[in-house]
Amino acid sequence: MNKAAMAPSIIERAEFEAPVLNTDNITEIELPLSIWERIRNITVVRRFSILIVVALVWQMYAMYAKNPLMFPEFTDMIAALWDASVNGDLLIMCWRSIQLLLIGYAIGVAIATIMTTVAVSTRIGTDILATLTTGFSPLPAIALLPLALLWFGLGPGSMIFILVHSVLWPLALNTHSGFLSVSHTLRMAGRNFGLSGYQYVGRILIPAAFPSILSGLKIGWAFAWRTLIAAELVFGAASAGGGLGWFIFENRMELETAYVFAGLTAVVIIGLVVEGVIFRTIEVHTVRKWGMQH
Amino acid sequence: MTDIRKPTEALPGKQQEDRELLSRDQNTRPLLEARGVTLQYKTKNHLVTATYRVSMDVFAADRFVLLGPSGCGKSTLLKGIGGFLSPVEGDIRLGGKIVTGPGPDRMTVFQEFDQLLPWKTVKQNIMYPMLINGVSKKEAEERALIYIEKVNLRKFPDAYPHMLSGGMKQRVAIARAMVMEPDILLMDEPFAALDALTRRQMQEELLQLWEDTKFTVIFVTHSIEEAVIIGSRILVLSPHPGQVKAELNAHQFDITDAGSTDFQALQQKIHNMLFAERVEDDASVRRYEIDEAEEATDYE
Repeated sequence: MNKAAMAPSIIERAEFEAPVLNTDNITEIELPLSIWERIRNITVVRRFSILIVVALVWQMYAMYAKNPLMFPEFTDMIAALWDASVNGDLLIMCWRSIQLLLIGYAIGVAIATIMTTVAVSTRIGTDILATLTTGFSPLPAIALLPLALLWFGLGPGSMIFILVHSVLWPLALNTHSGFLSVSHTLRMAGRNFGLSGYQYVGRILIPAAFPSILSGLKIGWAFAWRTLIAAELVFGAASAGGGLGWFIFENRMELETAYVFAGLTAVVIIGLVVEGVIFRTIEVHTVRKWGMQH
Repeated sequence: MTDIRKPTEALPGKQQEDRELLSRDQNTRPLLEARGVTLQYKTKNHLVTATYRVSMDVFAADRFVLLGPSGCGKSTLLKGIGGFLSPVEGDIRLGGKIVTGPGPDRMTVFQEFDQLLPWKTVKQNIMYPMLINGVSKKEAEERALIYIEKVNLRKFPDAYPHMLSGGMKQRVAIARAMVMEPDILLMDEPFAALDALTRRQMQEELLQLWEDTKFTVIFVTHSIEEAVIIGSRILVLSPHPGQVKAELNAHQFDITDAGSTDFQALQQKIHNMLFAERVEDDASVRRYEIDEAEEATDYE
């Protein structure tokens, strides 16, 4: 079979080489963006404007509803927040909650690190971790509080116990799946350097799985925060002196609705600060800088 | 490049005697010896025999190429030498000692670009294996900078891997491996994922580095041309399972010879070796005669 006969005939064209064009008189190769566009590109500005809109809608609805007992105005809430912070003990209560949270969080992170390190080095460890996480992960921490009160009594012990429970499982789950997704080449490179055991985990697996670990830390933080507030609300004085949940609980009993809203707002603000400042800073200096996340 | 110019070829059967006749220096022991190495690995459903009774000797300053079609177990063999996989039969000795696990005396350059640690800069990546193995920070930095210079990355010591092109990443990996001054440098198709122009440039640079320091390297490739350019000695493997088909000399050629008659003759010879296998395979399946010339063009 002669393929050439079937192909369309070639059209003869002259060859040429092109001179490079002079680009000096093109002025707009790089045009700076307008100020408005640059402002819109700042994430903080965009996010903050959403909060302002929420506050405006809140204020307008409250002024229309005129029922401060059920739904106080935004400005009343701000006044209450200011009053409770400056004259009351809202800040101290916040600090008590955060202190407890940090202790529980730290213990949870430590146990998760040990568990996942064991899990990644031995098969029985993997089985233990997989079984425990699937079993305990869906169990709400708050459901363990009655038991914790029985074991550790009314005090920080029971709180820390349920906080550890709420941090440990999501973090362990994320970390372990992060370890498993570390590329085979990177693992071999690490072993090639002569790393083994916990050194291999600490120097190769943990940094390589950091995006997953970080999202585990975020989820763990959110779970812990939720658990703590809920526990303080349900079993008010579980921790000595009481925290933020106790503040909300007390003010609801006294029908100081603006103060209840102030307490809730404090919870939201702390959440935003931790997510938007602390975790974001970690993210910028790690996974984003390393090009692991965009 | 080297003094012996005897074009030689050892067939698997009489390989042993030939090698003894041909070894450069009867008094030097090979740096790396593999004796009857059979390697197997498990996939989800199969136990795959990747290489079957492969023997080879690598001497100091060899540029030893493992060449063969896909499925001939050349990468698996390199993993065996690297200590990532233990032979089920035979043994691999480095300087007389049996290889039992991975270690920095056999630094490996992998094909994949993700072999660099993404959380470290170019310089930190190159320093890292030295620091782990007890080199002081100051000395590690000095040595790293020398090798950054050698692989032409002097502008990028503080760049992170994700900012680099594929060729630059491979340069970092080569520098990271060479700076350790390993007994043997293992390279697993390091240029296979690069574009043709970059690959050619990298081959030249690698040969230049070899001229500087005369390191020993085992280089895996499936490109016959690359094997002849890079290699001083080529081990040709046949597939399913990988067995030694021949060991050839290629030290007389370097990159400037590509295209010369001798160069092409050797390339053709290797091609025919691999191609003969192919015809047999096909013949046994199809049960009819094949026009060899036509098959050759199909294969290319």
